[in-house]
Amino acid sequence: MDHVEVRRRTYHDSVRLMQASAAVQKVPGVEVALIAMATDLNLGLLEDLHFDVPGDTTPDDMLIALRVAGGDVVAGALAALDAALVAAPASDGGMTAAPPPHLLSSAARGADLNLGLISVPGPHAFVEAADALRSGLNVMIFSDNVPVGQEVALKRLGVELDLLVMGPDCGTAIVGGVGLGFANAVKPGPVGIVGASGTGTQHISCLLDDAGVGISHALGTGSRDLSTDVGALATLQGLAALDEDPATEVIVIVSKPPAPEIAARVREAAAACTTPTVMCLIGEETLEDGAAAALAALGREAAPARSWEAPDAGHRPGTVKGLFSGGTLRDEARMVLAGLMGAEAAAGLEMIDFGDDEYTRGRPHPMIDQRLRLEHLGATAADPSFGVALLDVVLGYGSHADPASELAPVIEKATEAGLAVVVSLCGAAGDPQGRDLQAELLNEAGAAVFLSNAAAARHAHALAEGGAA
Amino acid sequence: MSRLERLLTGEPRVATAGIDLLAEGVEAQGAAVTRTEWHPPLEGTEDALAAITAAVDLRAANEEAVGRLVGTHPHWTGMAVAREVMEMGERTFLHAGPPLQWDDCSGPMRGALVGAMLYEGLAATPEEAIALGPEIELSPCHHHRAVGPMAGVISPSMPVSVIEDAAGDGVSYATLNEGLGKVLRYGAFAPEVIERLKWIETVLGPVLADVLARGGPIDLRSIIGQALQMGDDGHNRNRAATSLLLRQLAPPLIGGEGPHRDEVFRFVEGNDHFMLNLVMAAGKIGVDAASGVPGSSMVTAMARNGTEFGIRLSGTGDAWFTAPAPVVDGLYLGAFTAEDANADIGDSAITETVGLGGFAMAASPAIVGFVGGTASGAVQRTLAMYEITLAEHPDYKVPILESRGTPTGIDAARVVRTGVLPVINTGIAGKEPGVGMVGAGIVEAPVACFTQAVQALAEEVARA
Repeated sequence: MDHVEVRRRTYHDSVRLMQASAAVQKVPGVEVALIAMATDLNLGLLEDLHFDVPGDTTPDDMLIALRVAGGDVVAGALAALDAALVAAPASDGGMTAAPPPHLLSSAARGADLNLGLISVPGPHAFVEAADALRSGLNVMIFSDNVPVGQEVALKRLGVELDLLVMGPDCGTAIVGGVGLGFANAVKPGPVGIVGASGTGTQHISCLLDDAGVGISHALGTGSRDLSTDVGALATLQGLAALDEDPATEVIVIVSKPPAPEIAARVREAAAACTTPTVMCLIGEETLEDGAAAALAALGREAAPARSWEAPDAGHRPGTVKGLFSGGTLRDEARMVLAGLMGAEAAAGLEMIDFGDDEYTRGRPHPMIDQRLRLEHLGATAADPSFGVALLDVVLGYGSHADPASELAPVIEKATEAGLAVVVSLCGAAGDPQGRDLQAELLNEAGAAVFLSNAAAARHAHALAEGGAA
Repeated sequence: MSRLERLLTGEPRVATAGIDLLAEGVEAQGAAVTRTEWHPPLEGTEDALAAITAAVDLRAANEEAVGRLVGTHPHWTGMAVAREVMEMGERTFLHAGPPLQWDDCSGPMRGALVGAMLYEGLAATPEEAIALGPEIELSPCHHHRAVGPMAGVISPSMPVSVIEDAAGDGVSYATLNEGLGKVLRYGAFAPEVIERLKWIETVLGPVLADVLARGGPIDLRSIIGQALQMGDDGHNRNRAATSLLLRQLAPPLIGGEGPHRDEVFRFVEGNDHFMLNLVMAAGKIGVDAASGVPGSSMVTAMARNGTEFGIRLSGTGDAWFTAPAPVVDGLYLGAFTAEDANADIGDSAITETVGLGGFAMAASPAIVGFVGGTASGAVQRTLAMYEITLAEHPDYKVPILESRGTPTGIDAARVVRTGVLPVINTGIAGKEPGVGMVGAGIVEAPVACFTQAVQALAEEVARA
């Protein structure tokens, strides 16, 4: 039987609702559970699942749709839901304890705060961020789907107020040794990063960490900062701030190749810095190259990043299939493969980015929830046209707590079926998941593991060509 | 060191809005995080909020407005006759709340207007007055620099207190409070009601004029500030403020010449709400000073006419944004029930508009039983109002909150962003004219007033 319920004006963020859905899903007798805000998208999902769609809902309402074995299951499922939705209890300071603030500007009142981390739905991020800036907070906007005009307005306001606007669509930053969003537990050190690509920033910081060089700050700018519209406002501001920062000895700018006039503007600003500055434009060069250039600027030589080779178990012939959780690493791998096999052949490879909107609608990012990718890895193993699977695993704060434990059994089966598995592991030794432990688990399951994404791609190509890596 | 450089020295001090997972990630590194309970804005306000944010420096506009509000220093300087100071014709009757037509008047409003027509001698009987009703000119007190409790009716012959701003050129007016029981403001028009109004006109008004001429002006801001230390909220409880006022009135009253001084003393002493009208007029000086700041989303009026609840914003001039007046959730006197209650009525929500009443409930544990609450609940209500207000009042302070200033200057933008509605601590009028007060309780201002107001402000800033 089906149970569909609407809770009016009840808001929870999508991650919490997904966690709640998962908790309800575990209740015996629950076949399907969809707990979501009543957006058009989610109403569509409800329809796809053949539930009766309630009329007269607004996106501020919460939907609860359960398909259960019998009516007696519903009460238990709802109890599990309510338990999952209970927020962390407010501090108990007696009757005069203030309720938790609703707005960042309220939180900032009378408190010594300097950074607002915003992950509200995109259409609301502008108002929240502008208010936070006017309250004296720097902001990091994790939210995406923010109109570019609003991004420009926020960044201009940031410049006017001498406050940094990281984002929108900024997934990674490290400020004063604290990782924000998806970031790795890298050592403190002399390299400052200004990154328009979150995963690119993570990867470079991990490669430097592996080479024994730490990070002063990694300032995210959001993926559109170097577009003609935005004009690198945050990149230029971040560059100037790092140039003034006494802890930063070398600055690395990480981005996809920008429009020529923007690139020129950034190069001009970089040349004016007293701190040596390295530009790593993903697509023109690898992140490995970027890390090496930063090391060279520090007068150090780059050595190949660490890897855990797998014994060649005699994998089957076939092409490379990419199963990535992020677009940056996927694009870099394709670029490396194109260099080895020709652009046309590389373009013909199936290289999926599970972080793309197409795969993340209605479910968490693959760096948090690997289920879809695991299914695809299983399917790849079952398809004899593929000889090598190339995938990334991103560790650090914000990511899945133990990705290897879920991947290992699937990798084991895949390698038994004759599929070679190559993992690009983006992680720092200090990451909460335990990078070396993760690498060993994946390696024991039969995967070759590389800290350098480019090296992983090269290895995958060599395996597909039938030679040794 | 620039602000941005300061971010890069030491650990970041982070607050989060949105996904809990991101807050947890920062906490996992041992850094402190302030989490907000973020909620999407009220439906239909998202585009308006974005438009206002893009067009104006809302924070600066609101700081200007609330600065003007708390910068006023109202004093009771004298008495006047309404028609002489308030630009009204012989058939003009001022009333509480947003604009109103005779046909839409609730029971107590209609009763009060009937009483006022009898008092002015425009009609000899209630029936004649009702027949005359459609012909009189109705106008909100708020449009005449005045405010009135409950029906709030002011007719041309009534004596009014004159309140002036010692820190500016503002002035406001209010009638003298009639006390409880059968009174005009609750819609009573029996002969004794009219007699009392005549006594107020011929005895109370002139004696107070004399007292103020010799012992005034009286600093209302100072009295209100002290009264909050003594358990008043400034709306439903004015016992301390009235006592403090009487202490100031007493020497010139006793020391003066002429008859009726004992009557006046006993009348003020016997009416715990005598100060209410003066608190309201003091608030009116503040909101009038704060009105007209371009782009400001600060509320400059919350008022009810017994039919509709209306608000005005500083940045939208004289426009009212109205919704049906709600029924107050409260405790009822004697055998009265919610069935007997009129919809919310009166300009007295001016007190909440300036940081008193429901916003100062934490200062008034003595009132919470009366309005059906608990002491801890009262503290929580005041604390919740800081979220939607722009400043803490420099002189109106709450002892139990370590003398924190009361939450002052309601920001309509923050109301629609948070869904937190202003809480009003009010009396309940009977819906039959003349029944009087049937209870007291708490009411929230209607959502629709704020969504309309924010939408109108967005249009206003787009035009500018």
